[in-house]
Amino acid sequence: MKLLLILFAVTVFAFADTSVALQPDERLDDPALEARARALAAEMRCLVCQNQSIDDSSAPFARDVRLLLRSRLEAGDTDEEVRAFLVARFGEFILLKPTTKGVNLVLWLSPLLTLAFASIVAWWYYRRWRAQG
Amino acid sequence: MIANVGLLALALALPIALLQSGASMWGAWRHHNTLMQVGRNAALMQVALLSLAFVCLVIAFLRSDFSLALVVAHSHSAKPFLYKLAASWGNHEGSLTLWVLVLALAGGALAILGESLTPRLQAHTLGIQGLLGVLFIGFLLFASNPFERITPPALDGFGLNPVLQDPALAIHPPFLYFGYVGLSLPFSLAVAALLGGGISSAWARWLRIATLASWSALTIGIALGSWWAYRELGWGGFWFWDPVENASLMPWLIAIALLHCAIIVEKRGAFRQWSIFLAILAFSLAMLGTFLVRSGVLVSVHSFATDPTRGIFILAILVCVSGGALLLFSARAGCLRDDSLFAPVSREGAVLVNNLLLCCGCASVLVGTLYPLALETLNGAKVSVGAPFFNLTFAPLMLPLFFLLPLGPVLAWKQGSLLGALQRIQFAALIGLAAIIGTLAYKGATPLWASLAFGLGVWILVGVCCEIFERLRASGSRPSASFWGMSLAHAGMGVLLLGVVAHSAWSIERIESLRPGDSLDIAGFNITFENTAFARGDNFFAEQALLRVRADNGDVFDLTAERRVYPIRATSTSESAINYSLAGDLYVVLGENWIADAEARVFRFYWNPLVSLIWLGAALMAIGGGCCLADRRYRASRPEAKRGWETRQETLPVEEIR
Repeated sequence: MKLLLILFAVTVFAFADTSVALQPDERLDDPALEARARALAAEMRCLVCQNQSIDDSSAPFARDVRLLLRSRLEAGDTDEEVRAFLVARFGEFILLKPTTKGVNLVLWLSPLLTLAFASIVAWWYYRRWRAQG
Repeated sequence: MIANVGLLALALALPIALLQSGASMWGAWRHHNTLMQVGRNAALMQVALLSLAFVCLVIAFLRSDFSLALVVAHSHSAKPFLYKLAASWGNHEGSLTLWVLVLALAGGALAILGESLTPRLQAHTLGIQGLLGVLFIGFLLFASNPFERITPPALDGFGLNPVLQDPALAIHPPFLYFGYVGLSLPFSLAVAALLGGGISSAWARWLRIATLASWSALTIGIALGSWWAYRELGWGGFWFWDPVENASLMPWLIAIALLHCAIIVEKRGAFRQWSIFLAILAFSLAMLGTFLVRSGVLVSVHSFATDPTRGIFILAILVCVSGGALLLFSARAGCLRDDSLFAPVSREGAVLVNNLLLCCGCASVLVGTLYPLALETLNGAKVSVGAPFFNLTFAPLMLPLFFLLPLGPVLAWKQGSLLGALQRIQFAALIGLAAIIGTLAYKGATPLWASLAFGLGVWILVGVCCEIFERLRASGSRPSASFWGMSLAHAGMGVLLLGVVAHSAWSIERIESLRPGDSLDIAGFNITFENTAFARGDNFFAEQALLRVRADNGDVFDLTAERRVYPIRATSTSESAINYSLAGDLYVVLGENWIADAEARVFRFYWNPLVSLIWLGAALMAIGGGCCLADRRYRASRPEAKRGWETRQETLPVEEIR
């Protein structure tokens, strides 16, 4: 669990403080734009924390990225453009939801492939076993 | 002094574990009763020695013995009693001491209570359990000695991380470790069966008892951790798809698959190979979890490099133990034949689908957890796999499982009828559909998946009630403890699902900066920020914000949200103020003041509807597991069964497997 991670990291890492992440002054006035900003922020990793999104993190880095993200949205970027902008700046590591391009397809298809494979194997064994029985 | 005794006990435990393993194995091979008796006694001695070592460690922590490096690093004289106690297992060395103690306890339980097994099967199992003991005690002694001294002794310790100073968290690791390490017993039983001890109904009962007990403990452990995260981490979530959480979820899922499968082995004599495979898998995943957490490989490659010995040591154990067991499985499993046939639509078939879905769910968690690591090793690319991935892959795999859950128990063994089963719980189907339509209409903005999942939760709950009702009406005799346990655990799953859906889909959040006297409305509560005050505890200072809440129904109550500063660790935490109720939690977090206005405070308010159902559901599941354990057929004194395949199996020569 989370605690074990922390237990382990305790002596090695400085801790991000756990408190309020998003500050009221960061919010955009347009509710629709703000809702998009929240959704996007939840998909972005805080690079200085352990597995927290920038929306959840109270680290100064996360705040900077939140402000940056909102300024891009205000400038009229689409969600896709904001993602591309952040990836160009911080690398793919920032995406908590990996892209569906290239090697990552293996990742995304793995549950379906596993299910298909397991079902076929189970069915095959079942048939063989009935035939023997 | 105490530490020396502990170290001595630990050092003695290693040869004793070797003796347990060697004597049991040799005795089983040679059919030598005295040697097998020596193995059993060694297992009990092991329990005594490791208990002594662990108690010594705890005493060293309670007495704040700062001549021990471990106590200095993780404790402090000003800490409250409970956290001094918890600090003894809240670190790498201490938790591994607990790990080997539980390993020994599992072996000891088998040595005392395992009379129903054939002596050779028992000896083989104890041999494997002893071997695991040798590996992990060796690791403890040579790579992470908890009793290491520092000279000169320190004046005081560094303290325990403040975020971890929480009662739920203090008792969370023992439960988690009982769950993890308890799974070693199914593993040893599986390997023993492969080694030639043969499979009997007593073996199947032991498999189920051990899995049930470990799974129940694991459920409590995970739920406690999640409850802690919910209250302490201050952003109202309960599950973060963190690698370390995933590490505990995977063995939990496989343990569910195994404990269902073990019923079929016990009652029908089918799925023998498969249950052996699952038992190996479950413990392998528990060890993988330990490796992932302990090596720090998922947190950062850097920390892995700082102390590679530990990670590599555990990895080597994992590869040897799991690899060896799987090799043995591929060589010997073919000899185990299943007794009874079944049609695809039957209770056995339902368990098969349950196992299939759980294993695939586990696989998706495993792939998602290890993918960043694998990719970085292969081509150096750094990617993250976070909550969005797991929500999109794991959750859809669980939905069909939830649909099948109430149907399984009403299907007949061997050959069932889906239509017949549906008819028997049609009332549940009706209510479930009504819940789907109701949530879609009532909440308006409810996403379709949430309505669907909520409807499934209701379907499970009502379905279980229908089954209980029918069972009580149909048979004059009282249902067994197993039946009650199953119903409780199944209902718990439904309750958990309802809580998860409500939290994910209907939570309300508001973030506001308030000055004293300001108020705001959220989910039928009017909240006024009264004032701030300072307070001090044993080892912290705190700023408290007092909030007065007026509910729409006329209730008035106060909430105190806190920010604490722990000078010893130079960290601050926030203590959320939570008003618990079954309908939902009102959750307030006090933030730092980033604004120029000295009076104003930033607050994060949440309304989390039905969120307590998550932990209530987990508690029901664990209690259900306990009820199943209390079933008459698992009593140790129970005379051997006289009917059905059990008798046949019991009287078969133990060399059946050859």
